Amino acid sequence: MKKDTRWAMVIDLRKCVGCHSCSVACKAENDVPPSVFRSWVKIIEKGKYPNVSKSFLPSLCNNCENPICVRNCPVGASYKREDGIVLVDPHRCIGCKYCMASCPYDVRHINPIRKIVQKCYFCHHRVDAGLLPACVETCIGRARVFGDMNDPNSDVAKLLATEPVIVLKPEMATEPRVFYIGADIDAMEPMEGHTEE
Amino acid sequence: MTYHPIPDTRPLAKEEKAVANQALREIDEQVMQSLKPPSAAYRGLLALLLLFFDLGVVAFTFQYFIGMGVAGLNVPVSWGVYITNFVFWVGIAHSGTLISAILFLFRTRWRNAISRSAEAMTVIAVMTAGMFPLIHLGRVWVFYYILPYPNYRYLWPNFKSPLVWDVVAVGTYFTVSVMFFYLGLIPDLATARDRSEGRRRALYNFLSLGWTGRYEQWRHYARGYVALAALATPLVISVHSVVSWDFAMSILPGWHTTIFAPYFVAGAIHSGLAMVITLLVPLRKVLGLERLITLRHLESMAQLMIFTGLIVGYAYVTEAFISWYSGDKFERQFVVWRAMGSYAPFFWLMLFFNVVAPLTFFFKRLRTDIAWLVVVAILVNIGMWFERFVIIVTSLSHGFLPSSWGLYAPRLVEYLITLMSFGFFFFLFLSFVKLFPAVAMNELKELALVSSIHEHQQASADKQSEATADTEFRLEQREES
Repeated sequence: MKKDTRWAMVIDLRKCVGCHSCSVACKAENDVPPSVFRSWVKIIEKGKYPNVSKSFLPSLCNNCENPICVRNCPVGASYKREDGIVLVDPHRCIGCKYCMASCPYDVRHINPIRKIVQKCYFCHHRVDAGLLPACVETCIGRARVFGDMNDPNSDVAKLLATEPVIVLKPEMATEPRVFYIGADIDAMEPMEGHTEE
Repeated sequence: MTYHPIPDTRPLAKEEKAVANQALREIDEQVMQSLKPPSAAYRGLLALLLLFFDLGVVAFTFQYFIGMGVAGLNVPVSWGVYITNFVFWVGIAHSGTLISAILFLFRTRWRNAISRSAEAMTVIAVMTAGMFPLIHLGRVWVFYYILPYPNYRYLWPNFKSPLVWDVVAVGTYFTVSVMFFYLGLIPDLATARDRSEGRRRALYNFLSLGWTGRYEQWRHYARGYVALAALATPLVISVHSVVSWDFAMSILPGWHTTIFAPYFVAGAIHSGLAMVITLLVPLRKVLGLERLITLRHLESMAQLMIFTGLIVGYAYVTEAFISWYSGDKFERQFVVWRAMGSYAPFFWLMLFFNVVAPLTFFFKRLRTDIAWLVVVAILVNIGMWFERFVIIVTSLSHGFLPSSWGLYAPRLVEYLITLMSFGFFFFLFLSFVKLFPAVAMNELKELALVSSIHEHQQASADKQSEATADTEFRLEQREES
C-alpha cells in the first residue's frame, strides 16, 4: 500500500437501476445482523401521473476525511487508517453509541451479538487483499467505482476529474469520500424543496 | 457551636425564631426520635422498593446476556431512556449541593433544616445516575476503557470526546459531594452516638471519628466545611454544563446550541428542588419533624422554583427562536416537528409541567398549601423527565437524513430498569433517614444559639440605652442646678 493512498468511491447514478444487490452483497460479505444495513438504497418518486420519475440513492459510510465519529469516540475505538478508511476496533469499543448519535449520515449500527458498534469499512479486508469491495464487485450496472483518488490513473480519479460530483451534506465539513454523479437533488437534500408539484 | 470566620449575628425572622427558640435538647430529641425503628408500613414500603430494584436487576441481566437489541436502541435512535434517566438523576443531584453549599456561602438561613436531606439526596441521586451509563453500554465489562488508567500499551481514552469529560465531571462531583456530606454529618453522628446504645452506638462511634466537640475540632470542622462548600459551588455549575455538552458538542438539530449549559443547569436545579419538596413533605410527617422543617422552608423552595422555572421557560423560547433565526432547514423543521409531530404530547406536557405549573407559586395562598406544593413538585419531576426524553429522542429520531427518520419507544426492559432506578433511589433515601440524623442538628442548634446571643445583645443594648438616658438626664439636671 502506497503511503498517500486515499480510497474513495464514486457512485454513478446514471447507471444505477435500484436493484439493491449492493445491500444484499454487503450483508452476505460482512455478516451484517438482521434489521440493520451498512449499505442501503433509498428510493424516491416524484411528479404527477403520467410525468413521474424514480430516483435512487445508494448510501453507505462516507469514510469521511474529517470523521465526527472518530473525534467523539470516548475510548479511541473509532480510528482512521492512513489510507482514509475509518474503522472501529472491536476489542476497544465499549458500545456507548455516541458515534451513532453524532454521525450525520446514520450509517452506524449496533451488532446485537457482539454488542459493539459497526459500520461499512469499504470492505477493508478485501481491499487489503487487492480485491474490490463486495458492493462494487456485485453492482450489475457498474454504477459503483472504487479506487485510490490520489492515483491520477485510477478510474475514481478520472471520474472525479471529468464529471460533476456531489457529496452528501457538504455543509457538515466532514469531507465525505463517497461521491455521487447525477444524483437527484431531492434525494440528496429533501429539505431543499425542489420538488415540482 | 460552629465557628464561622465571620460570625452571623443578623437578627432572625419571626419564623426562624420559632425554630430557634426551642431548647437545644429539644432539637436533639426531635431529631433522635426520628431514628426509632421504623413501623411495619415503613418496612413494607422498603420491601416494595427493593422488589422494584430486583426487577430491574433481572431486566439488566437479561439485557447483559441477550444484547442491546432488547432495549430497542438502534439506528437512528441510539440513545434512549437510559440516557434520559442518567440526565434526570444527575439533575436531581443538583439542588442538594445548591442548598447545602451555595446557600451556605450566601448565609441563607432557611437551608439549615433541609440541607442534610438535600445532601443525602444528592449523593444517592448521583449513585443512581452513575448506574445508567454502565447499563447503557453495550459491553459494560470493559467500561474501564473510558478511564485514564496507566497501561503498558499507552491506550488512553480520547480526551476530545465529551463523554470522557462527563466521566471526570460526574466523578469529581460525586467525590466532593460525599466528602461534604460526610463532614457535615460528623458532629451529628457524635450526638447520635452519645444518645444511642448497642450496635447503633458502635456504628456511630466508628463513623464519628472520635468527635468530642472540643473547640479545636469545631474550628477545623468549620474551616473544612467552608472550604468544601467553596469547592463544591463551581461543581454545581460545571457538572451539568458538561452533561449538556455531551449533546451540545454533537451536531444534531436540537442538540447543537450554545444555550445548552445554562439551560441544563437551571433545569437541573428546577428538578432537584421539586424532588426535595417531594421527599421532604412526607418525610417531616412520618418522622415527626414538622417543628424543624417548617412551611417557611418549603415556601422558600417554592419561590426559588418560580425563578428556575422561568429560566427553563426562557430557554424553551430561545431554542425555538434560535432555530428560526439560524435559517437552517433542519433546525426549523425540527422545532416544528417537536411541537407537532409524534412526540408532541411529551413536548406540551413538559412545557406545561415545568413552566406553567410552578408559576402558580406566585400566589402566596398556593405556595403555602402543602398539598398543592406536592402536586406541582411531582408535576415538575415528571415534566423534567419528559424534557430529557424530548431532547434526546426527538433529535435522534429526526436527524439530518429524512430517509433515516424513525421512531423509538421504550421496551419492557427499559421500563423495568427505570423502575429500578426509582426503587434504588427511594430505598436508599428511606434507609438513610432511619439510620442517620436527617436534619443537621448542629446547624439548628447554632441558629438557636445565635438567637439567644442576639436576644442577650438586644437586652444589654436596651440596658445600655437606658443607662445613657439616665446619664443624660443627670447631666441635664446638673447643668440646670
